[in-house]
Amino acid sequence: MVKVAHVQLSSCCGCLVSLTDTYEKLLDVLGAIDLVYSQTLADVREVPDDVDIILLEGSVCINDHHALETALACRKKAKILVALGACAASGNITRFSRGGQMSKPVHDAFAPLTEVVKCDLAIPGCPPSPEIIVAVITAALEGDMDYLEPFAELAKYGSEACGCDLINKVINKSLCMGCGACAAACPTRAVTMECGRPAIDKEICIKCGTCSVQCPRIRFPELIEKIE
Amino acid sequence: MDPFGSYKFAISARATDKQIRKKSQDGGIVSAAYIHGLESGLLDGVIVADKGEDFCAVPKVATTVDEVLSAAGTKYTTSPNLSVLKNAVREYGCDKVGFVGTPCQVQSIRKMLKYPVGYRHVPDKIALVMGIFCMENFPYNGLKTIVEEHCGIKMEDVAKTDIGKGKFWVYSKWGDVKTIKLKDTHPYEQQSCHVCMDYTAELADISTGSVGSPDGWSTIFIRTANGEAYYKAMEDAGVIEIKNIDDVKPGLGLVEKLANSKKDNNGKERAHRKEIGLPLPY
Ligand SMILES: Cc1cc2nc3c(=O)[nH]c(=O)nc-3n(C[C@H](O)[C@H](O)[C@H](O)COP(=O)(O)OP(=O)(O)OC[C@H]3O[C@@H](n4cnc5c(N)ncnc54)[C@H](O)[C@@H]3O)c2cc1C
Ligand code: SF4
Ligand code: SF4
Ligand code: SF4
Repeated sequence: MVKVAHVQLSSCCGCLVSLTDTYEKLLDVLGAIDLVYSQTLADVREVPDDVDIILLEGSVCINDHHALETALACRKKAKILVALGACAASGNITRFSRGGQMSKPVHDAFAPLTEVVKCDLAIPGCPPSPEIIVAVITAALEGDMDYLEPFAELAKYGSEACGCDLINKVINKSLCMGCGACAAACPTRAVTMECGRPAIDKEICIKCGTCSVQCPRIRFPELIEKIE
Repeated sequence: MDPFGSYKFAISARATDKQIRKKSQDGGIVSAAYIHGLESGLLDGVIVADKGEDFCAVPKVATTVDEVLSAAGTKYTTSPNLSVLKNAVREYGCDKVGFVGTPCQVQSIRKMLKYPVGYRHVPDKIALVMGIFCMENFPYNGLKTIVEEHCGIKMEDVAKTDIGKGKFWVYSKWGDVKTIKLKDTHPYEQQSCHVCMDYTAELADISTGSVGSPDGWSTIFIRTANGEAYYKAMEDAGVIEIKNIDDVKPGLGLVEKLANSKKDNNGKERAHRKEIGLPLPY
């Protein structure tokens, strides 16, 4: 049995809700794994030492030594460390935290997990869809590295994801053909299509990275071409 | 180079219904498929590029036959059809969505299906992916320049646009027909089209276009098991008239020629962009 743990740092539980929102698919996944730690789903107090896959949700509060220790411990304990969701992958809304909040007014610095420890995979999305969580876990269980490659890349280079990616990486490079996939994917509706190109409302963008991972003009893995 | 991508079989066809044929671009295959879907329950919502003000294209979720018919016909300008995909599921509550798009948009929806990061509960609601052949598209103001400055017709008066016989055609609501040589439209093309290697929507369930078939008929590739089942249902219901593709003129040879020329030209552009250090989709 593959041992899986779900750990949370600074997050809203949205990714957990998404994980459990897989209905019967979750049962398939849970049937295939041994859930050794999850505050909400399993009655265990400590993350065990040897875990095959740790799904870590949330960003790391740099001012909180517990958070830093948890991040480091998870790195040590996991064979595959997955930054689950936009906060862990790219900072997301916690990028905008600047302290002053009760009951910890001194907590004013938050970084995505990918910037604190080396992660093997990052799944962006606020929250990521249940479908993508299941797909990534399944691919990890099966060792399907082709499928996982984009997530491995995001773990390495994706921590600055933002709606600006559409401008910098797609429109400015004369690659945007105006499909609208980014606009539909954006959870905050920060992206609208104007004259066939995405326009980004920076006041609304939470830096979840969903728009640019969904764009076929940045990344188009060959396996997408396999249709039946 | 493989000109068409994988497919099970190709045919030439047109909608049986005269009303559909009158409103649509070529053989009315997309509208016939959509209308059959809505009427038979195979689909409960379809995505179209509606006619907006001054012949612009506006993506829309259509749930009635009238809406499908009023959005029939080609708009040679970008219509971000995926932008309303999530609305179809969330706001319209559709469970069986039909999609149509240019080859690039079909690639987009295939990426969404394999990597649905921001599309919660959408992938399993996509019932049919239709693709339309495409050599290039125009930004709205590019189209406007072609139509208004080169053809002398106001956008508000446009009834239909078409590409065929080496020309770009504009039909006005008042019966005027104006043309411009296709090669004179090249400066107004969407530049991002020049990295595109797909002419026949190779990743669709069913692809269709005018090239290869006689006027008023369409060439169709059936590519996937889903596409085949859908096509079979249309055939059984008698909503399309079918001809053997080998019996029609000019036939698949012309489609092959055009598909290869797109791949050749854009392959060169890709090599050029790579050489000067510009990124390409990878
Ligand atoms: C930019 C562009 C370039 C094309 N180039 C070629 C070509 O080189 N060779 C060729 O054979 N065919 C080409 N076509 C396809 C052709 O014009 C017809 O769309 C196709 O044959 C379908 O005709 P129909 O009568 O079956 O569809 P109809 O019943 O008329 O339905 C067409 C459907 O396409 C939708 N649609 C219209 N415009 C767009 C758009 N811009 N983006 C997305 N959806 C749209 C409409 O809403 C409608 O639902 C092109 C189409 C486009 C949009
Ligand atoms: S524009 Fe939307 S999808 Fe893109 S990063 Fe911002 S919030 Fe996320
Ligand atoms: S997903 Fe990419 S190609 Fe499509 S509209 Fe957005 S930026 Fe353009
Ligand atoms: S040429 Fe390619 S990129 Fe341009 S609209 Fe057609 S399918 Fe899309």
